[in-house]
Amino acid sequence: MTWGLLLQAVVSGLLLGGVYGLVACGLSLIFGVLRIINFAHGAVMMLAMYATYWLFVLAGVDPYLSVILTAPVFFLLGVAIQKIVIEPNRLAAEHNQLLLTLGLALFFENLALVLWQGDFRTVKVWYSSVSFTVGDALVEVPRLVASAGAVLMGLALFAFLRLTDVGKALRALAEEPEGAALVGINVGRIRAASFGLGSACVAVAGALITPFFYVAPDVAESFNIMAFVVVVLGGMGNFVGALAGGFIVGLAESLGAALLPGSLKQLVVFLIFVLVLLFRPQGLFGGVRGR
Amino acid sequence: MAARLGGALVLLALVALPPLLPKYHLEVLITVLFWAYLGIAWNLLGGYAGQFSFGHAAFFGIGAYTSTLLLLKSGLTPWLGMALGGALAATFGLFEGYLSFRYGLRGPYFSLVTLAFAEMLRVVAVNTKAVGSSLGLVVPTTRAEPIRFIFSGKLPYYYVILVMGVLALVLTWKIGRSRLGFSLAAVRENEDAAETAGVDALGTKLRAMALSSFLTALGGTFYAQYFAYIDPTITFGPSVSIGALLPAIVGGAGTVLGPVLGSFVLTPLSELTRYVLRGRAGADVMLYGAVLVLVISFLPQGIMGLVREHRMRQRP
Repeated sequence: MTWGLLLQAVVSGLLLGGVYGLVACGLSLIFGVLRIINFAHGAVMMLAMYATYWLFVLAGVDPYLSVILTAPVFFLLGVAIQKIVIEPNRLAAEHNQLLLTLGLALFFENLALVLWQGDFRTVKVWYSSVSFTVGDALVEVPRLVASAGAVLMGLALFAFLRLTDVGKALRALAEEPEGAALVGINVGRIRAASFGLGSACVAVAGALITPFFYVAPDVAESFNIMAFVVVVLGGMGNFVGALAGGFIVGLAESLGAALLPGSLKQLVVFLIFVLVLLFRPQGLFGGVRGR
Repeated sequence: MAARLGGALVLLALVALPPLLPKYHLEVLITVLFWAYLGIAWNLLGGYAGQFSFGHAAFFGIGAYTSTLLLLKSGLTPWLGMALGGALAATFGLFEGYLSFRYGLRGPYFSLVTLAFAEMLRVVAVNTKAVGSSLGLVVPTTRAEPIRFIFSGKLPYYYVILVMGVLALVLTWKIGRSRLGFSLAAVRENEDAAETAGVDALGTKLRAMALSSFLTALGGTFYAQYFAYIDPTITFGPSVSIGALLPAIVGGAGTVLGPVLGSFVLTPLSELTRYVLRGRAGADVMLYGAVLVLVISFLPQGIMGLVREHRMRQRP
């Protein structure tokens, strides 16, 4: 294990972390307001990646540019999911709501398999393999753009939650659902907005990684599980925690990959997951017990 | 009385008719009973104790790998390996359960922990050469040796899974009417109230965990012997975990017959979709997803909920 390898691992971890953070932000937003662990989050990301892919292949739209189109469309998809599938079952048992999102995940993932088969597809843009070095570490530009873009999007969302009326209503609903309804917030609409925003987040994350990541029906499964880990680490519903957690998990994964043979790096991530769930279910940064 | 007679007739048909069935139909019936069995095992923890496991693949894989490794490395018959696998899975289940329950994990948090444990075992299996890594293990089946759980033809496997299913069903039924059954119901409905009333919630949940993981592991050995091949993704992957909970949810969680009904509806449906939409991989699982959403939306208590409602209405 040389310093060069270690540096490379840290750089890769940081570049991956931003994307994990953004995926987790979306998940955290949905959990914060709806109290649902959304198993369909990764599937929505996968659909967004296909959207990015097809826009590029059929219309030549640059993946970064396509965000202007995909983010609103996936916001609407999220709103539709909430309005049509989740909202009518809002009072059902907790695990039933979890199963609803699992059903959606199975449906979307296999819909993609039926429509586009299991082949790996890639988006080849001129900047796909542009890179530069920092010390001994190689920095691939599309990964840097993805991580930086993800953090920027996360911060924009944070500002939105702090500064706008809808954002404030969202936070109110997350903290005190009944109180929020009592002061006249249209809770149904805000719940839909939260699912929409969460889906838009993960759609942007999906678009940002397509220049260097393959697209396939099960591509986002690992992102979904990773997002669970990040969200638990950052504290369920804790937005800033999710962004920070993304970097921690990204680093843990890439350091694990550098130090351990095979795919044992995943073990590190799951181990962190279980330990945090058992000993700090409120998350690393949360003060209140979030059980 | 009518219900009992109906049950006896169904059982008689399940025992007597299969030798007359064509091979394909027999295979479908074995698959139906296999998922019904896993559903029954999951139901003890997920339905009766209300602890929603998303990682029963962990126990399934432990069962499949233990008996298969013992068979390959030391020639031990899977009939014994099965019991050892079950014991090992129950130990692992107790460990997992003790950690989770001890630290008060409930609802979705428990689901996530079980999912994480199954995934960890999968990663370990993929990376361990001694257990065949991602290539998996092949069970030699060139010569039929009933003493080693290797038969020629499908029919004997059918009767094995039928017996396993019936025994698991009887066990569930007995538990439901026992002291443990009432404790389970109390813990499921309101854990704090149950504790106040003197129910040992931790012990109750752990008992359900041990039983459920033991039975699930036996299903793993059956799978290994029947399909003669296991690998980490098949045995420890999420599809087993989902496959175990689906029949119970669709049929009615926390009821004796729920998982059986669920599997008799779901499995043929999936086989039919696969047949009708040949060459369209994923169509059957897509349908599963849709069915799951529809069942949760319109039949939150599963098929048994419908049956119960019907009975209520018939009463004067």
